[in-house]
Amino acid sequence: MRNECSPSRRSFLSNCLAGAASLVAGGHALPLDAAELASSPTKAKVVVAHDALLRDAGGAVDSRCILNLLDHAMQGLLGADEPVRLWTKIVVPGQLVSVKVNTLGGRGISSNVQLVEAICERLQGAGIKAQQIVIWDRDSTELERAGFRVRTGGNQVQCFGTDHVGYEDELVSHGSVGSRISKILTQRCDVLINVPVLKDHDGAGVTIALKNMYGVIHNPNKYHPNGCDPYIADVNMLPEIRTKLRLTICDATSACYEGGPSFKPEFTWQHNALLVAQDSVALDTIGWQMIERKRAEKGLKTLDAEGRAPRYIATAADAAHRLGTNDPRRITLTEVRLA
Amino acid sequence: MTTNCCSQANGEAPRAEVPAAANSETGRFGFLSAPMNRRSFLMCAMSVGASGSIPHFAESLPAMPLAETEQKQSDAQFAVEARFYDKLPNKKVKCKLCPRGCAVGDKERGYCGVRENRGGVYYTLVHSRVCAAHVDPVEKKPFFHYLPGSLAFSLATAGCNVNCKFCQNWDISQARPEQVSSQYVPPRRVAELALQYHCPTIAYTYSEPTVFSEFVMDAADAGHEAGIRSILVSNGYIQNESLRAVYSRMDAVKIDLKSFSESYYQKIVTGELKPVLDTLVALRKMGKWNEIVYLVVPTLNDSDAEFTGMASWIKANLGTDVPIHFTQFHPDYLLKNLPITPVSTLERARDIAVAEGLHYVYIGNVPGHPAENTYCPQCRRMLVQRTGFEIRQMLIRKGACPFCKQKIPGVWHA
Ligand code: SF4
Repeated sequence: MRNECSPSRRSFLSNCLAGAASLVAGGHALPLDAAELASSPTKAKVVVAHDALLRDAGGAVDSRCILNLLDHAMQGLLGADEPVRLWTKIVVPGQLVSVKVNTLGGRGISSNVQLVEAICERLQGAGIKAQQIVIWDRDSTELERAGFRVRTGGNQVQCFGTDHVGYEDELVSHGSVGSRISKILTQRCDVLINVPVLKDHDGAGVTIALKNMYGVIHNPNKYHPNGCDPYIADVNMLPEIRTKLRLTICDATSACYEGGPSFKPEFTWQHNALLVAQDSVALDTIGWQMIERKRAEKGLKTLDAEGRAPRYIATAADAAHRLGTNDPRRITLTEVRLA
Repeated sequence: MTTNCCSQANGEAPRAEVPAAANSETGRFGFLSAPMNRRSFLMCAMSVGASGSIPHFAESLPAMPLAETEQKQSDAQFAVEARFYDKLPNKKVKCKLCPRGCAVGDKERGYCGVRENRGGVYYTLVHSRVCAAHVDPVEKKPFFHYLPGSLAFSLATAGCNVNCKFCQNWDISQARPEQVSSQYVPPRRVAELALQYHCPTIAYTYSEPTVFSEFVMDAADAGHEAGIRSILVSNGYIQNESLRAVYSRMDAVKIDLKSFSESYYQKIVTGELKPVLDTLVALRKMGKWNEIVYLVVPTLNDSDAEFTGMASWIKANLGTDVPIHFTQFHPDYLLKNLPITPVSTLERARDIAVAEGLHYVYIGNVPGHPAENTYCPQCRRMLVQRTGFEIRQMLIRKGACPFCKQKIPGVWHA
């Protein structure tokens, strides 16, 4: 089904939950990092933007449409503004920006290439030079398998895995976690943009924004016991992550409600949506609800009933972490539907 | 000689500095190791020609950093189907190698980080993928009652099935194989190298051999065909079926009993005590030569009650002849806020174990301490005098005390 992604397409916005009156962001003169925002007394905002006509006739995500959807999502998050200008609330020229994608699921269920290109386009529009942007994950081969073209050097957007540059020698630790951090994050990044995928996870319950940070450390295999709790929260507390993470754009164009995190076509649905937030905990809370709704629709048990509710989300919100809020009363959910 | 971790309880660290000429009497130990950078383990033996003598080997040591030979996880030569796992629905697998029993989804790895599910088939990624190799004195493992004064061709791959907060080899034990420099050293080549460097044993050590069990088994078979024995330095955290398959190929096994409390295993080791005790009992039933190391960490596992409980358990379940080494902790990895174990604490541990009736109780990581020596439990005369890894006197004859003829358990001669 062909979509017409003209800027004039109407979007319908609806705010859910009490007290969600304003779409205008706080009006900060300088970009705030996600941790500052998450710990502020104001409500966390999560935008879910849908476009039922996101795909071309072949079923692929249309580049123009995803850019349009991204713009609407960002407007929902940061206020009605000219799309490019919105991004100056996230980045300022001269910064090194890294876009952490999720490519474990191969072509079937990884961060969408068109979406990431749209993000890079807007970053460049906001004054970030192409070569100052790195698209990355753990491994270059996995990036290629997910459809990204590995690019190093030249005046172009860079794209490579941590295998290309390695991890810092020194350990950083918080709570239960002690890890070496990707040099992409420590040496090639002032601002981190997290682009996870909305997925079920056989151990953790769900893998969305918070868990995508496992791709930053050298030893994620050590942190899967006990449903990844409290490890995911502790990883997100690592200073390099906490201070640089500024925005999460969760790809729910295709999403997975069972059998994750690897690609299982039978459990994947085309949700044609993006979730955008600066509070990863709030975003994961909303994402978890979406997966539960899909599971219910498919007649599956809740994750809790299966003994794998993502408890780490609550841990990330607790007094020891304060990475954001998982309290629905403190989350303003804005839905944007393109029509 | 400052090491702690599961496999390094007596200076058993690939990057540790070994005292020069530690066994000047025999002239065989002085060349053994050189200080190493964290990420530049030396693959000493691999660089030497087929006719290399030990001095030649010694000269080659600093010349073989592996930094340029890092290999990617997709390297097919290292990926061999795992031998201990079950296939589950939805392309999941259940690893049966160690008690953790990881259920691993497609494209994911188990806790140890060296086993990967690829489309419902489970692979070890570290077969023949050697990230550290050295010729060490067997005393460094430590084995004090097994071929004393001999050399062990010692090797490791990346990975470990626990995560001890004091690990001194965390660079390799807590890494994925693609994150450390490695070389392809297939089993036959391991045996050739051991022969070439006059090592009567191959030692699987430094990280945790359980996680590279398939390689251990194949290298042990290749070694035995060539007349080389195999010795294992392990945390003992292994399931029964794999234990039988792996340990039956070993000639001696050293187990790190890290504490005698489940809560310590849970909090500090990220493992369990019970399976390790089961392993020790199984080893005894198999008749394998076994020694035990207990790394004494100040305030965490150094109470009289814990020493007493452990010693009496050993006496009841393993007998009084199994050697136990109380070794000194040095701050490292995630446990840097504690001091070095006072020698007096090690002496207290030894006194308690001796009072419980254990015959061969040693103190480790304290070179020159009299409790490095072996004494006859009958006549109390000194039988083996050691300083660090060096044998200064060896008086045991035909496995017995030359003074009172008391049989001294161990494997004293090749
Ligand atoms: S050997 Fe590794 S994968 Fe297997 S159960 Fe143990 S930790 Fe898990």
